[in-house]
Amino acid sequence: MVATFEPKSEYKVIGTRPIRHDGLDKVTGRAIYGADIKLPSMIWGAILRSPHAHARIKSIDTSAAEAMDGVHAVVTNADLPPAENKMVDLGEGATNLKWAVDNILASDKALYAGHAVAGVAAVDRYTAEEAARAIKVEYEVLRSATNVDDTIDPDMPAILEEFVDSPGAKESGHANHVKEFTHEFGDPDAALSEADHVVEGEFSLEMVHQGYIEPHNATAVWDEDGRLKIWTSTQGAFTVRQQVAAVMQMDESKIRVTPLEIGGGFGGKIPIYLEPVAATLSKKAGNVPVKIIMERRSVFEGSGPAAGGKITLKLGATKDGKLVAADSVLRMEAGGYPGSLVGASGMCIYACYNIPNMRIVGYDVLVNKPKVAAYRAPGSPQVAFAIETLIDDLCEQAGFDKWQFRRDNAAKEGTRRGDGPIFPRIGMEEVLDAAKDTDHWNSDIGEASPGRLRGRGFASGYWFNVGLQSSVNLSLNNDGTVELVEGSTDIGGTRASIAMQTAETLGISAEDINPTVVDTDTVGFTAVTGGSRVTYATGYAAYNAAIEMIDKLKVRASRLWSIDEEDVQFEDGVFSSKSDSELSIGFKDLAGKLDDTGGPVTSTGSVDLEAAGGAYGTHICDLEVDPETGKTDVVRYTIVQDAGRAIHPSYVEGQMQGGAAQGIGWALNEEYYMSDDGVMSNSSYLDYRMPTSLDLPNIETVIVEVPNPVHPYGVRGVGEVPIVPPVPAVGNALKDAIGIRLRETPMNAGRIVDALDSENGS
Amino acid sequence: MHPFAYEAPTSISDAVAVLDKHGDRARPIAGGTDVLVQARANRWDLDAIVDVKNIPELTQISHYPDGSVSIGAAVPCYQIYQDQKIRDSFPGIIDAVEMIGGIQIQSRAALGGNLCNSSPSADGICPLIAYNAVCHIAGPGGDDNHRDIPVEDFCTGPGSNVLRRGEILVSMVLPAPGDNFGAAYERFIPRNEMDIAVAGAGVSVKLSDDGSTFEAARVALAAVAPVPLLVPAAADALVGNAVSDDVIEAAAQAAGDAASPIADMRGTIEQRKHLSAVLTRRMINKSVERARG
Amino acid sequence: MTTQITPGPARVHVRTTINGNAHEFLVPPYMSLLDTLREIVGLTGTKEGCLDGNCGACTVSLDGRIVDSCLVLGAEIDGKSVETVEGMATPEGLHPLQQAFLEEAALQCGICTPGFLVAAKGLLDNEPAPDEHRIRHWLAGNLCRCTGYDKIVRAVQKASAEMS
Repeated sequence: MVATFEPKSEYKVIGTRPIRHDGLDKVTGRAIYGADIKLPSMIWGAILRSPHAHARIKSIDTSAAEAMDGVHAVVTNADLPPAENKMVDLGEGATNLKWAVDNILASDKALYAGHAVAGVAAVDRYTAEEAARAIKVEYEVLRSATNVDDTIDPDMPAILEEFVDSPGAKESGHANHVKEFTHEFGDPDAALSEADHVVEGEFSLEMVHQGYIEPHNATAVWDEDGRLKIWTSTQGAFTVRQQVAAVMQMDESKIRVTPLEIGGGFGGKIPIYLEPVAATLSKKAGNVPVKIIMERRSVFEGSGPAAGGKITLKLGATKDGKLVAADSVLRMEAGGYPGSLVGASGMCIYACYNIPNMRIVGYDVLVNKPKVAAYRAPGSPQVAFAIETLIDDLCEQAGFDKWQFRRDNAAKEGTRRGDGPIFPRIGMEEVLDAAKDTDHWNSDIGEASPGRLRGRGFASGYWFNVGLQSSVNLSLNNDGTVELVEGSTDIGGTRASIAMQTAETLGISAEDINPTVVDTDTVGFTAVTGGSRVTYATGYAAYNAAIEMIDKLKVRASRLWSIDEEDVQFEDGVFSSKSDSELSIGFKDLAGKLDDTGGPVTSTGSVDLEAAGGAYGTHICDLEVDPETGKTDVVRYTIVQDAGRAIHPSYVEGQMQGGAAQGIGWALNEEYYMSDDGVMSNSSYLDYRMPTSLDLPNIETVIVEVPNPVHPYGVRGVGEVPIVPPVPAVGNALKDAIGIRLRETPMNAGRIVDALDSENGS
Repeated sequence: MHPFAYEAPTSISDAVAVLDKHGDRARPIAGGTDVLVQARANRWDLDAIVDVKNIPELTQISHYPDGSVSIGAAVPCYQIYQDQKIRDSFPGIIDAVEMIGGIQIQSRAALGGNLCNSSPSADGICPLIAYNAVCHIAGPGGDDNHRDIPVEDFCTGPGSNVLRRGEILVSMVLPAPGDNFGAAYERFIPRNEMDIAVAGAGVSVKLSDDGSTFEAARVALAAVAPVPLLVPAAADALVGNAVSDDVIEAAAQAAGDAASPIADMRGTIEQRKHLSAVLTRRMINKSVERARG
Repeated sequence: MTTQITPGPARVHVRTTINGNAHEFLVPPYMSLLDTLREIVGLTGTKEGCLDGNCGACTVSLDGRIVDSCLVLGAEIDGKSVETVEGMATPEGLHPLQQAFLEEAALQCGICTPGFLVAAKGLLDNEPAPDEHRIRHWLAGNLCRCTGYDKIVRAVQKASAEMS
């Protein structure tokens, strides 16, 4: 059952901007991140990786490494428990156990350049890295596929033998090209043939990386009784426990995972990479702690990017501006193992609009690149690029106003999403209305610098957000402050947003709550910090814990006053008697009387939320292009987004701005640039070209609040949707500036100059 | 990374001796912003890193009465752009040292290091070529064993140069620019900072006293050949001709034609040739502007 | 038999000043200043991001100039003075930049924050009133992937206003 709540308009704590609880540690250098942990007798690990995109591993000779001074242990896939070819549930959906293990350390084949092949532990990091170089691996290099087109080639060998006879591969005609789904509703073919205006386009995207500044890291040690302790930077300590247990084939309860501070993740720190290697090295080295830090190049080459791929889309509209049909084929790159998250693409592609006749066909495409991981609204930016571009094209072709067409066809409560669900209360219309009211929308685009061209574009995007499970423990101190223990790692201010909801419920201040993120032994199961779920779901769990604490304190007040429990009420931080107006006591004063009324008060809250509130955003982008060089600068940018309810507006704005910055990088410069032999050529920050402070303007934000009816404070997730609109918003602005439509990312300087050249030449 | 020893000689002769002893298993560092990255990437296995920042000749900027300047090979970028005389007389050098890396890199990275790293895309080399700089090199065999090499002859391929075993770059000497002289450097990068040049152009011009005619010119291109490329054909298109858009465009086209780049993750062949012409045109115009003061 | 002795060439003797305190230690000659601070001195506030001078997470001040400590050898700081994020606050309280970063919500994950703080201090120490473009230019060597830089720039502007 899903509870619904009436939105309140007035709050005391929610909507204010207190200093985050972990802030002091993070501005003084005192906060302990994954790489900062130092344990007694600790040694260091390093990983040897495949230089080849696709190769059979014929032999691995570790003897030279083992013989080196300072080396304590060397491990390969053969040191991991033998993995069966069977499906297991690792929290983020089912996967084949052998694939999960092979992605940690390759067994028979290396499936991408950067695929881990062996691990070494040594007295220090430098020695471990040198020893890894001394491992000799004999490879038989196989032909590699670096993009969707390669996989269509009938001569391309199967990347995973398991798929050769799969139904999905049989339907597509190739083992690396696995059909996942067809969603169909109404009669898209008939509707398209009857439509007055039809547009279609093919869109192509390169893989991009989350780009978190902190590299992956893990430290592991075995106890002699068979318990494994892990310290790591992760978006979810419990998902690490779950995945490590599966790979190491042991009980989850025998593993304790301590999540240290995490330096960014954006979805990329949900999978495990180093933990089982560190653990196996620890055991082989005699149960000493082993720490591994992944070097930046391997973060690019060996940890999960977002899917690239190819998308074809066709839209049809009536002459009076009604969007009547959509038909799309999504071929998304999964990397060396399945999991492009094409399913999420299918959920999102049409979600901004009400389209009565539609079809979506999704393929998961295996390529010799690292296995895709979640990246902020995974799967949605790619399809937003297609539909928001094509809607602009449709409007231009038919002479429709681009805003009015979107507004007239906007999804709202009762609209059917492409994959089936019917929307509850959502804020797409409100977001479009608010976008039209922004200062940016109503301001002139301004003069371009001499010789440059300016353009403006806008686009919308959707992310469904998730609920899932969270746990919170509260304990009341006798001064009225509250210790809050949670399992959600804090990646961007969620200690504050959870504490603020707790404080609001208890009628105390945000500063009265002391939130702590703890290990897997110390709090109930909590799903990942991802899916824009923490402020929503862990906030809900904290609300439940706070309600339980209030109920317990009502009992204490009744004892204090010797009245019935039912006679005690709680409002605005004050307990009082319903029948005797003389009897009242504040939350903090009552906390001072615990000793007299029965001792300590603690409470817990846990949730398992199926529903979440989907979120929408619309972005407006002004940019300036140097037509001679293709140099593009974003000169003004505004984000309008439905947050449901902004608990801490500064961190809501921060999520919006950060997501937009990543999306702008995706649109203009970021990509996996692969060499002819399938190696990522630009696996450094130097050449991956993420935006610097000089590449972005101040980013204006407008928070729309359409309260989510299934959350006590109306919260919707805010973290992911802001990366969805930027790619098409930038593309639409570029079209406005240069008059040419680009349908490939990145829309970089080279492509812009090429487009202008071929336009001028023709 | 192969574990290396750290040597910090205080004289040229000591530096030469230790470099001579180790041969290609030692590298000098000034800022270390290239060498340490490459050592870590296992480009070489080094037995020694030779820190040259304690050698006076390599760490000084010397201005001479005739207007020429000698820049020690280990002088970091920030010291160059903080030197008012260089700012006034050699603005084309300032163009480059202010754009190499970010502020952190400029605190350490040396213009001489940029030259010794010998990357075709180096931002520091084309302006040195434009200014007719000469490399002052010391080698084994006593104090007299110096040789001077025009900067355009210093690099011999990507990452390789004329330095022989035991030799060390001491300084770059830039002759006085003289009157009616202007020089400028610009590169194309997709971001606004921190990138390596997709293409770059360093130009110098000397105009007639009335500023109407090109009397001398040098054009050098970055990232479009195995070495930073001096393009005589582009200069020839200018020299003796009146300053005009047509003349400048002809020189720019000559630069574009001379560029023979590769395609890589930073740019395509067509893009780099195109950019060579665009940047050359822009830098000729900027040089003319500077020459006219 | 395994050894706990680090192989390779002999360690280098270093005497240096870190955050105003005298330090003396032996460092492997190939060890970066970043690792020297983190592993030998025990100051883990300076962060590793890329090890090739492109993210600025390891920014420290070396004799008053900001540098990427991953591209300095520990052996090079003999006789020099180093300042890290741990040296910014005084017993009297936070540095105005630290306070402004908190008030302006200029950090999300916080991994880049020490580098940004040290870099921004390097700017304001020499140029007390930089404009927005100068701030963005100075900080271009520091990557942040969480904030889009907006709130970082505002925090530096706020600290600048408070310090002048």
